[in-house]
Amino acid sequence: MKIKALSRSVEAYQPAGSKNSKMPKNLDPAIHPFERAREYTKALTAVKMQRMFAQPFLAQLGEGHVDGVYSMAKDPNSLERLASGSGDGVVKTWDLSNSYDKAERWHTTAHENIVKSVCWTRDQKLLTCGTDRKIQLYDPYNTPSESAPLSTWLGSASWNSLSHHRSRNSFAAAGGSGGVSIYDLERHTAAPEILSWPNATDTINAVAFNQVETSILGSCGSDRSIVFYDLRTSTAIAKTVLTFACNAISFNPMEGMNCAVASEDHSVYLFDMRKVDRALNILKDHVAAVMDVEFSPTGQELVTASYDRTIRLWNRDQGHSRDIYHTKRMQRCYSAMWTPDSKYILSGSDDGNIRLWRANASAREGIKSARQRQSEEYNNALVERHIPKVVKKAGEIKTEELQALKRREENERRHTKKQFDRRRSERDKVILAKEK
Amino acid sequence: MEVDDLEVTERPSAKAHDNGAVTIKRARTQLIPKHERERIKRNKQAHRDYGRGNGIDVKTIKDKKLRRNLKGLEQKYKQAAESAKDAEILLENTSGFLEAEDELERTWRVTQNEIESNVSLEVSKKRFDLKLDQLGPYQFDYDRTGRMLLLGGARGHVATMDWRQGKLGCEINLQEKVRAVKYLHNTNYFSVSQKNQVYIYDSHGVELHCLRSLQEVSHMDFLPYHYLLATLGLTGWLKYTDVSTGKLVSEIRTGLGQPVSMALNPWNAIVHAGHNNGTVTLWSPNSTEPLVKLLCHKGPVKSVAVDREGRYMVSCGNDRKMAVWDIRMFREVNSYFTRAPASSVSISDRGVTAVGWSTSVTLWKDLFVKHRKDQIKVDSPYMTWGGEGKSVEQVKYCPYEDVLGIGHDEGFSSIIVPGAGEANFDAMEVNPYETVKQRRETEVKGLLNKLQPEMIALDPNFIGNLDLRSDQQRREARDLDAKPVDIETDIKNRMRGKNSALRKYLRKQRAKNNIIDEKRLKVDELWKQQQEQNQERRQEKAAEFGPALGRFARKEQ
Repeated sequence: MKIKALSRSVEAYQPAGSKNSKMPKNLDPAIHPFERAREYTKALTAVKMQRMFAQPFLAQLGEGHVDGVYSMAKDPNSLERLASGSGDGVVKTWDLSNSYDKAERWHTTAHENIVKSVCWTRDQKLLTCGTDRKIQLYDPYNTPSESAPLSTWLGSASWNSLSHHRSRNSFAAAGGSGGVSIYDLERHTAAPEILSWPNATDTINAVAFNQVETSILGSCGSDRSIVFYDLRTSTAIAKTVLTFACNAISFNPMEGMNCAVASEDHSVYLFDMRKVDRALNILKDHVAAVMDVEFSPTGQELVTASYDRTIRLWNRDQGHSRDIYHTKRMQRCYSAMWTPDSKYILSGSDDGNIRLWRANASAREGIKSARQRQSEEYNNALVERHIPKVVKKAGEIKTEELQALKRREENERRHTKKQFDRRRSERDKVILAKEK
Repeated sequence: MEVDDLEVTERPSAKAHDNGAVTIKRARTQLIPKHERERIKRNKQAHRDYGRGNGIDVKTIKDKKLRRNLKGLEQKYKQAAESAKDAEILLENTSGFLEAEDELERTWRVTQNEIESNVSLEVSKKRFDLKLDQLGPYQFDYDRTGRMLLLGGARGHVATMDWRQGKLGCEINLQEKVRAVKYLHNTNYFSVSQKNQVYIYDSHGVELHCLRSLQEVSHMDFLPYHYLLATLGLTGWLKYTDVSTGKLVSEIRTGLGQPVSMALNPWNAIVHAGHNNGTVTLWSPNSTEPLVKLLCHKGPVKSVAVDREGRYMVSCGNDRKMAVWDIRMFREVNSYFTRAPASSVSISDRGVTAVGWSTSVTLWKDLFVKHRKDQIKVDSPYMTWGGEGKSVEQVKYCPYEDVLGIGHDEGFSSIIVPGAGEANFDAMEVNPYETVKQRRETEVKGLLNKLQPEMIALDPNFIGNLDLRSDQQRREARDLDAKPVDIETDIKNRMRGKNSALRKYLRKQRAKNNIIDEKRLKVDELWKQQQEQNQERRQEKAAEFGPALGRFARKEQ
C-alpha cells in the first residue's frame, strides 16, 4: 500500500526570527470563488477611495492679478516658468519651483488694455499682444520688473492670439485684421508675411503652430471657420465652417495631424486636419462656452476652461470628461494649461487668480513603497467611471433642451419630405461647409 | 519532424475489412512536429484548467475597432491561462494519496493505525481522539484557515482549540442546549446557536452579542465573502444576518416545516436546505421563493453537501440512498446506498466524500470527477472508519489538510484521509499560517471588499455580463435610420422548420388575445390561410376515399 499524507511545516512558511512570511500563490480558479463579484466590489471600493482622497486644488500663485487672467503661456525651455496676462494690461511671470505665495518673478504693464495673448520665444523672451494693437517683446529673465519692451510691433487692428514656431525664430499673430501675420524675430523691422484664406476678413480668435508638423498653422475665427495654413507654400490649405465660432485651438503634441478646438456651443471638437469634413470626437459636458483647450504633453488627455466657472479634464477618445474642478471663488475660466510634466494643471480665471491643480485628483506626491504603488496600479486598472456632474442642474436643463430639439426634429421629419433623407451623425452635423 | 501516428479506433468497427484492415477515424494527414503538438496539447490543458470558458469568435465581428479590442482581450486571456499553467511549476506541495499496489489490496481495508504507522511523526499527530462523553454528542467547526477547532456539545459544552498544537483556546459551559456552532470570518469570533437564541462569542469565550431575531436555530452557515450568517430555524424560517453591521438582511419563510439539513454552496453562496418531504430547496437572500426545488429522496433529506466548485451535490436521505447530483443541470448522476440512514455528509476540497451513518464513516473517492463527461459509478469506498459504537453526529473536513473531523456522542475524533485536502493554498485568499498582523489586514480587506447580498445568484458570474436587452433597446433608439422590420419576413423566419413549428408559433401569437397590432393581423391572415389549406386537403382526401369512407379522412396534423 502506498500512503502519503499532506505535511507542511510551519517553519517553512514562518521562518523563525524573520518577519517576512512566505506568501505562496495558487491560481486554480476553484479556490478563488466569486471572482467577478469581488473584482466589481474592489473596483467600487477603489473609486470610493479615490473620491475620498481627491484633493485636486493645490495652491494659487502669489497674489494673482488685479484684473482677470485672460492669457497664460509656459516657457517651452523651462519646467517651472510661466507668464500670464491680465485684463488691465499687466503681464507677470511666475516660477513654480519655489513656494507658491512667492512665485511671482517679474511684472510689467505691457498694454493699455486687456492682454489677449502671451507667448515665449525660443530664447526665453516674452511676446505679448493686446487690444491696443501692439505686440511687445520683453526679456523677463534678464531685466527688472516694469522695464521697457525690447521691441514693439504695431498692427492695424487689435491682436487676439500669438504662437511661436517650433524651431524657427518667428511667430504668428492674428487678430481683428483678418489674416495671420508671420513676424520674423531676426528682422524686426521687416513687414510680416500675411497668410489668409482668400477674401476672409473676419476676426481670428486664436492661432496655433503645430509643434510636430512645424510649418502647419491652425486658426479659428469669428466667422465660425477653422483654417489650416502651410508656411512652406504660404497658403491656406483647408477651411471648414462649423455651426458656432471657436475660442481656442490646440494641436496634439504626439499625433501631429489631430487638433482640438474649443467651441462656443459648449463642446470641444477634435479634428484630423487631413480630413476636416467630420469631427474625430466631440467632448460634451460643459454647460457654457469653452474658452480654452490644451492637449497634455502626452497627447492622451485634454484640459478645458469654460465660461461655466469650471475646468474639465478629458481623455481624448472619450466623449465625456473624466473629472471636473471648481472652487467657490473661481469665476469664469479663460485659460487652462498643463505643466510640462503633465502632472499638474494651471488655470486662470476672471477673479484674477492663477490656480494650480493636480491632474489626477487623488494622486499624492512623494516616495511610495512598492506595495503602495502596486495597490495603486491595481486600483487604477480597475477604475473606470463617469464623474458626477457638479453643474448638474444646468446639465439637466441642457439635456432636456437637446431632447426637445430632437423631438421637434423627429416630429417634423414625420410629416415632411425630410423623412426621406438620411439622418446625419453628430460628428458630421457640426460642419456647415468645407472649402478647399 | 515525424509523421503523425494514425489514430486507430480501438474497437473494430462494423466496416472492418476481411483482411483485418481497420477503418481510420479522423486520419491525420498533416505533418506537425512533435514539439508543436505538445505545445498545442499544453495550451488546451491550460485553457481547460485556467481558462474562463470559450472565447469570442472575433472573425464574425464587423466593427473594426471592436474587433481589434476584442482580439487584444482574447489574446490577454489566452496568455493569462498559459502563464498560469506555467506557474504550476512554483507549487510547492503535492497532494496525498492512498493507492493499492497490487490487485489484492483494497484501500478501504486500511485502518487508521496502518496509516499512522506509515506517515511521518508530524502527520501522525493529526490523528487524535478527544474523549468527551459527558456533554455530547458533539457538533464542531473548523475556521477558514483550518487552524482552530470549535467544539459544541449538545449539553452546553463549548470549547475552541488549536488542534495542531493541542492548545485549548477557551472553554465555556453554557448549561443549556447547543444546537449548532460556527466560526465567523476569522478565529476571533464564533457563533453558537443555543436553546433559544444565537449568541456570538469572541476567542476568549466572552459573550459579545445575542441575536434575538434568530430564534431556535437548528442549522447555521457562514458566507465569508458576504459576511452573512445564514440560519435555518426550527420553525422553517431562513434568515440572513450581516455580521459586520448586525442587521438582518432578509428573512424568508421556507414553508416546508422543520428543516432537516442545510449546506452552503461555496461557489455561489446559495443555501441548500433539505426537508422532511424529500425535497432540497435552493435559496438566495434575494428571493422569497426557492430558486430551485429538487425532489431528491423518498423521505427526509438527512444531509446535503456541495463541492467547492458548485458542480455536484451529494444528498443522503432517510431512504438510505446517497445520491450525487449535477447541480448545473439538476440531474442525478449516480445513486448509492448507505447501510443505515446517513447522519452527515461532507465533501473535501479534492472531492473525497465522507458519509457518516450510525457508528461508521465511509469515504468515497471519485464520485464525480471534474473533467470527465460521464461520471462512473464507483463500486467500493475509498476508506472506512468506525464500528466502535460511537454514533456519528457530524463529519467535516479540515481545510487545506488531509484530515477529517468526526463529532460523535463520545467526543471528537480526527482521522487522516490521504488525498482529501488541497495541497497548495493561496496566501492571498486564505492563509493557514497567517500571522496576527496578516489576520488583521485580511479582516480589513475583507470588510472593504465585502460582497453585497444582491450579488448572490445561481450563476455567480452574472455580474460582469452585458445587459443585452437594454443594450438592444438603446441601440434601436439611437439608430433611427434602421430599416423597419418587415413583419411578414420576421414571421416566416421564425417559422423555419417543420409545419408543426409554424402552427405552434401562430397559435402562441394568437393566444395573446388582447394585443391587436399589425403583426397580429398578419398572423391571423396566415393562420386563416393554413386552415383553408388544411380544409382543402381534407376534402380532397375525402373525395378520394369515396362517399362511404370519406368521414375517415383525417384532419391534417
